[in-house]
Amino acid sequence: MEMDGRSSSSAVIEADSVSLQQSRRSKFIHQFTQQSLPACKPVLSPPFVISVFFVVGLIFIPIGIVALHASRSVVEIVYRYDGECVPEPYRSNKLAYIKDDSISKNCSKSLKIPKHMKAPIYIYYQLDNYYQNHRRYVKSRNDKQLLHGLKYHDASSCHPEDANHGHPIVPCGLIAWSLFNDTYSFSRGVVDLKVNRKNIAWKSDREHKFGKQVYPVNFQNGTLIGGANLDPNIPLSDQEDLIVWMRTSALPTFRKLYGRIEEDLDADDVISVNLFNNYNTYSFSGSKKLVLSTSTWLGGHNDFLGIAYISIGTSLIFIAFVFLLLHVNNPRPYGDTSNLSWNWKPISS
Amino acid sequence: MQLEENIPHHDNPRLIHINDPKKTNDKFGFSGNEIRTSKYTLLNFLPKNLFIQFHRVAYLYFLAIAALNQLPPLAVFGRTVSLFPLLFVLTVTAVKDGYEDWRRHRSDRNENNRETLVFQLNEFHPKRWKKIQAGEVVKISSDETIPCDMVLLGTNDSSGIAYIQTMNLDGESNLKTRYARQETNKLVLEGTTISGVVRCEQPNRNIYEFMANMELKGQRFPLSQSNIILRGCQLKNTEWAIGVVVYAGQDTKAMLNSAMSSSKRSRLETYMNRETIWLSVFLLIMCVVVALGMGLWLKRHETQLDTLPYYRKIYFQKGKEGKKYKYYGIPMETFFSLLSSIIVFQIMIPISLYITMELVRLGQSYFMIGDQHMYDSSSNSRFQCRSLNINEDLGQIRYVFSDKTGTLTENKMEFRKASIWGKNYDNSYPDADASLEAKDVTVDRRKWKLKSEITPDPELMKLLYKDLSGEEGVAAHEFFLTLASCNTVIPILTESSSSGCDGVLGGSPVSIDYQGESPDEQALVAAASAYGYTLFERTSGHIVIDVNGEKIRLEVLGLHEFDSVRKRMSVVIRFPNHTIKVLVKGADTSMFSILDNDRPAEDHIRHVTQVHLNDYSSEGLRTLVLASRNLTGEELAEWQHRYEDACTSLTDRSVKLRQTAALIECNLTLLGATAIEDKLQEGVPEAIESLRQAGIKVWILTGDKQETAISIGLSCRLLTADMNQIIINGNSENECRKLLCDAMAKYNVNSTSCSSQITKLRRKAEPDYLELPSQTKSSSMPQQCAGEEDTPNFGPLALIIDGNSLVYILERDLESELFDLATSCRVVLCCRVAPLQKAGIVDLIKGRTDEMTLAIGDGANDVSMIQMADVGVGICGQEGRQAVMASDFAMGQFRFLKRLLLVHGHWNYQRIGYLVLYNFYRNAVFVLMLFWYILCTAFSTTSALTDWSSVFYSVIYTSVPTIVVGVLDKNLSDKTLLKYPKLYAAGHRQESYNMSLFWITMVDTLWQSLVLFYVPLFNYRESTIDIWSMGSLWTIAVVILVNVHLAMDIQRWVFVTHLAIWGSIIVTYGCMVVLDSIPAFPNYGTIYHLVKSPAYWLSILLITVIGLLPRFIFKVFHQTFWPSDIQIAREGEILRRRRRRRHIGSKTDEVSS
Repeated sequence: MEMDGRSSSSAVIEADSVSLQQSRRSKFIHQFTQQSLPACKPVLSPPFVISVFFVVGLIFIPIGIVALHASRSVVEIVYRYDGECVPEPYRSNKLAYIKDDSISKNCSKSLKIPKHMKAPIYIYYQLDNYYQNHRRYVKSRNDKQLLHGLKYHDASSCHPEDANHGHPIVPCGLIAWSLFNDTYSFSRGVVDLKVNRKNIAWKSDREHKFGKQVYPVNFQNGTLIGGANLDPNIPLSDQEDLIVWMRTSALPTFRKLYGRIEEDLDADDVISVNLFNNYNTYSFSGSKKLVLSTSTWLGGHNDFLGIAYISIGTSLIFIAFVFLLLHVNNPRPYGDTSNLSWNWKPISS
Repeated sequence: MQLEENIPHHDNPRLIHINDPKKTNDKFGFSGNEIRTSKYTLLNFLPKNLFIQFHRVAYLYFLAIAALNQLPPLAVFGRTVSLFPLLFVLTVTAVKDGYEDWRRHRSDRNENNRETLVFQLNEFHPKRWKKIQAGEVVKISSDETIPCDMVLLGTNDSSGIAYIQTMNLDGESNLKTRYARQETNKLVLEGTTISGVVRCEQPNRNIYEFMANMELKGQRFPLSQSNIILRGCQLKNTEWAIGVVVYAGQDTKAMLNSAMSSSKRSRLETYMNRETIWLSVFLLIMCVVVALGMGLWLKRHETQLDTLPYYRKIYFQKGKEGKKYKYYGIPMETFFSLLSSIIVFQIMIPISLYITMELVRLGQSYFMIGDQHMYDSSSNSRFQCRSLNINEDLGQIRYVFSDKTGTLTENKMEFRKASIWGKNYDNSYPDADASLEAKDVTVDRRKWKLKSEITPDPELMKLLYKDLSGEEGVAAHEFFLTLASCNTVIPILTESSSSGCDGVLGGSPVSIDYQGESPDEQALVAAASAYGYTLFERTSGHIVIDVNGEKIRLEVLGLHEFDSVRKRMSVVIRFPNHTIKVLVKGADTSMFSILDNDRPAEDHIRHVTQVHLNDYSSEGLRTLVLASRNLTGEELAEWQHRYEDACTSLTDRSVKLRQTAALIECNLTLLGATAIEDKLQEGVPEAIESLRQAGIKVWILTGDKQETAISIGLSCRLLTADMNQIIINGNSENECRKLLCDAMAKYNVNSTSCSSQITKLRRKAEPDYLELPSQTKSSSMPQQCAGEEDTPNFGPLALIIDGNSLVYILERDLESELFDLATSCRVVLCCRVAPLQKAGIVDLIKGRTDEMTLAIGDGANDVSMIQMADVGVGICGQEGRQAVMASDFAMGQFRFLKRLLLVHGHWNYQRIGYLVLYNFYRNAVFVLMLFWYILCTAFSTTSALTDWSSVFYSVIYTSVPTIVVGVLDKNLSDKTLLKYPKLYAAGHRQESYNMSLFWITMVDTLWQSLVLFYVPLFNYRESTIDIWSMGSLWTIAVVILVNVHLAMDIQRWVFVTHLAIWGSIIVTYGCMVVLDSIPAFPNYGTIYHLVKSPAYWLSILLITVIGLLPRFIFKVFHQTFWPSDIQIAREGEILRRRRRRRHIGSKTDEVSS
């Protein structure tokens, strides 16, 4: 009997809690349907606004300073060579020079290192006025072919570089066809600087996007040679220059990674650059630059973020002060319903 | 021979051979009884649904864009991607339509498979509804639903009465009587098979009229509305009824009436369409800029095009050399560029906004319907949203046109006062007295219970009992006989078997319930019963009245029902002593003209009654005048002849009946008048006061008399004592013009058309203005506010105008004068107006101002007004459901109007206004961002964003928060809105949506799009950034930006809002991760690479802050230094809440210490 009694009482408690839960739930539903759910109603009261301005300003300025510092600590050497590397007699007709295969495209230049450069030093080439983002260009590729090779037949998106002599081209399309083909080598004094050309493309691209069993076929066999040729014995996944090139750039002025120098360069070191000026940018008067740059957590040399953060931060604090002054001079009683317009305007009938 | 004429010539009558469905359907093949409310079948669903869906312009735009994208030179997006938005919308709508249709199919199937007894092979056998054909004879038992429209042939009752409930048809819950013709009823009761022909009209949707005749054994007799029972009704209080099917299936009046009303378009939406045109202009400008840029660029690089690595217009292949690749010459390329930029910028026109708005309104309706403060517990009716297009119009109403009876008042009539033979009986004695005096009477009356009890006037009771011989006594006797007989009320006896009167004499208590179509009549019959004249039985041929225990059987020779032209009703009765009397009751204006004027002795009575009538109506009571007359044999014969002729007529029956009625409704003797009280609904004065404070003008349009209207106006605080009343009741055009101009001159109302007359009339008009109204009136008018009118400083004005004057004013060119005068008055009362005039007045305001109008009413007479107004509100009341059927919103009580407008109207308006602006912004900022980028791609309409992200942007990434905010956001609580009704004026001032807000939003949009574009551009200039990383950054930046923008404007955060806003950003990230994980896409792996770079995160933060900074500063300064009323009220509300919480907190502190 006692057992029974206890169990029944516990059952009652259980039922109570269940009903409590139910009532809580029904209360919630009721509040929901009556649009009276507990809610947060933010108001832009002056103290809140002023503190928001201050806090955001005070967060932004340090970020800006750190970013600016990072950007300034980058050492960058930019060398434009598209003009200089054309021999004197051809300066007036650069196009003839670049199109003539018999002329040596070799070109050398000494660069002085202004500051100590810590390894790794990134080597980029920079092209100007080159619309890699043109719609005709961006679309002229076939990602399935890049992954599966000739197993994938439909290459209609690659026009007009889809096939040659009736055979399909791998990799097809304008992008691959126009692959950049200038080459650079560096030496300090008489010692060659080793340039690491591995791992310059994204890992994800190398491993999953470009096929490991796909080899270049029928590439650059047409009448018009657009750019570099590819070694038909190396699979696409290892053709890192191609992979880098195929990540078409967003803007008409862009850099692409060429390689890395994995030793420090000291200030006032003189390095000589030996380059082959093969790529034709003269037909559309685009410029070519060689860039040597160190890197920080923020990337390369760009003051924009730092300056933007600092100026926004300071202007926020300035606005906070202005607002504070205005508020102190013209205080408005907060939430005073006697300020409602009909309380001070004569009621119009 | 006469009957032949009655068959309409222009329209073939429908011939129904009773009991011979084969012959009936042989020639014409009338539709069977199978009904189909569903729109689609399995086969035609896809084509038909698509056809219907493409009636919307928005979908055609989608289709055109998708089709453009299929052209090879234009293929901006992938082909499947470009079809996605269209397919998405089509699928969602098709699934919704399909589900609704499936439910209709199911209910159709249930309907069609119901069974009923049909006469086949000389016996009644059950048959499925869908198999029933016209011409068959059907038997219906009590409480069964009637399967099709049938002419009654007979019932179990010897007089052929059947009671039906028409709830499903018109919502009226009281019982109505229908009669089988005696000729057929006899045959049915004898059990013989009837064979004859019914000629009736072609199917039509008028459920209140039916004209037919029946030929039976060479004899013809008429059939009317009272002989037909309609599909959907239920048989009540009748054991069985037999009828012949005349209209089946789709031809039934119920089915013909089921079509829905037309849709209205909200004002905000029309404004929105105007701004959409602006957006189209922007779109066009952008496209032209891109196209021109493309043309110029091509021109400049014309010589290089063959070799440019990123253009390459020629194939360089052996044999094919020189063939052009997708190049059609500069003009064509420019044109294609124009078209493809339209494809890229398509969402500049926010097509998705229409769908979003529909969903938002659906959500708003859900909360309006669920609002407990608009739930009427007395009639158990919730608020109804019948139209889903005009929620936001509720926030901008300027004029409310209200019906009186049933809308402001309860329409539950109570008999209050009577004037009999020139004497007023108003039950002014104390109750104790009354019970003593009437002691002997109550013994008799206790035999049956009435549902509504009335304390009878003791003096009148005395008169009825003691003094029946005198002139006064006879008049009183006839007065109550008229009350009890001259009506269409049906007494329903419960707890009693077939013949009630034995049961009564046996002493068992019987309760009588009076069922009738008019609440006035029910009240009058109940009153008669209270005075000992109990209506006991009513058939088509006779009525039985219990007069103080003595049962009198009166033969009803004919009945002229009430119509709105005659405004009276009469019944011809043969008494047991073979005298024949006409008993008439009607409105006072229609009655005094047909009284017998030759007897000067009764002039006094007439005059006194008139005074009583004015007294009654000034108290707000509804009055009716009763009169009677003896008929001589000749008169009776002539009338009977004409009456039968008119009754069997198929055409113009109502006109003929009216002429017949005029024969006997003349030279009447006045008996007296009744006064019925129509109580004001709960909360009406408060609601009207609030509406008026909110700046809404309330006009009352009523069919009642001027005095009644004024008194109701006073009792619901619409009229106040300090108002100047302008009364216009002219009987000719000139008189009306003069009255209008006088009033304007007196109260300095500016009017162009009247000014010439004003100067002419001013000199003499002012001194004798007061006399003018009384001169033009037939009856004297109580000048309640005469004192105020002399004051030089005019108070608020009230215009009272009657239907007669309105005829002259609305039909002639006086409309503008009336408009000028009426709009300068605070209150307008229109009395004695016909239903069409109500619509005319609404139209007058609608046509001359831009203000929003709302009409509210409960009866069939308000339907035209409800349909005419911008917003129509129906009250589910006593007078049926026609008003509700025609309305956009329906509710149980007038007082809910206050909450509907001030709270829900305000919220909906704010929400939709913000929603529209935000959607414009949301799409434009995205499109502008794309536009700036295209300028950097040699005008080649490249989009950095992936195809899928561009499509998902408006469908998935940013759509949910707008809907949630559009449904749930509230700027002020309902308590505050009700406390300060003047906050409603924000809607009048169009504060939430107007042209300047649109332009401010567009400037803000421009700024934000520039920030979106240039921050990444500067940050990543001369870097290795690739197009997909840039696109990925832009995608997430724009999604975060627009969502934080929305978050900044949200006024009330509930967990759903949090979920929607932050959830959207998370979902966007999720989608991007998925899209970047498919190796077949060129953008493979982008997001994984990006999130590791701090510059990416710093760019997003910078974009959000710089983009929203101007808006935030503007908002902060505006709210702090130039606050709107709403802002102040909102601060006050939050301050109060904070104080209350602190108060509670300090209390608990005290307790704990």
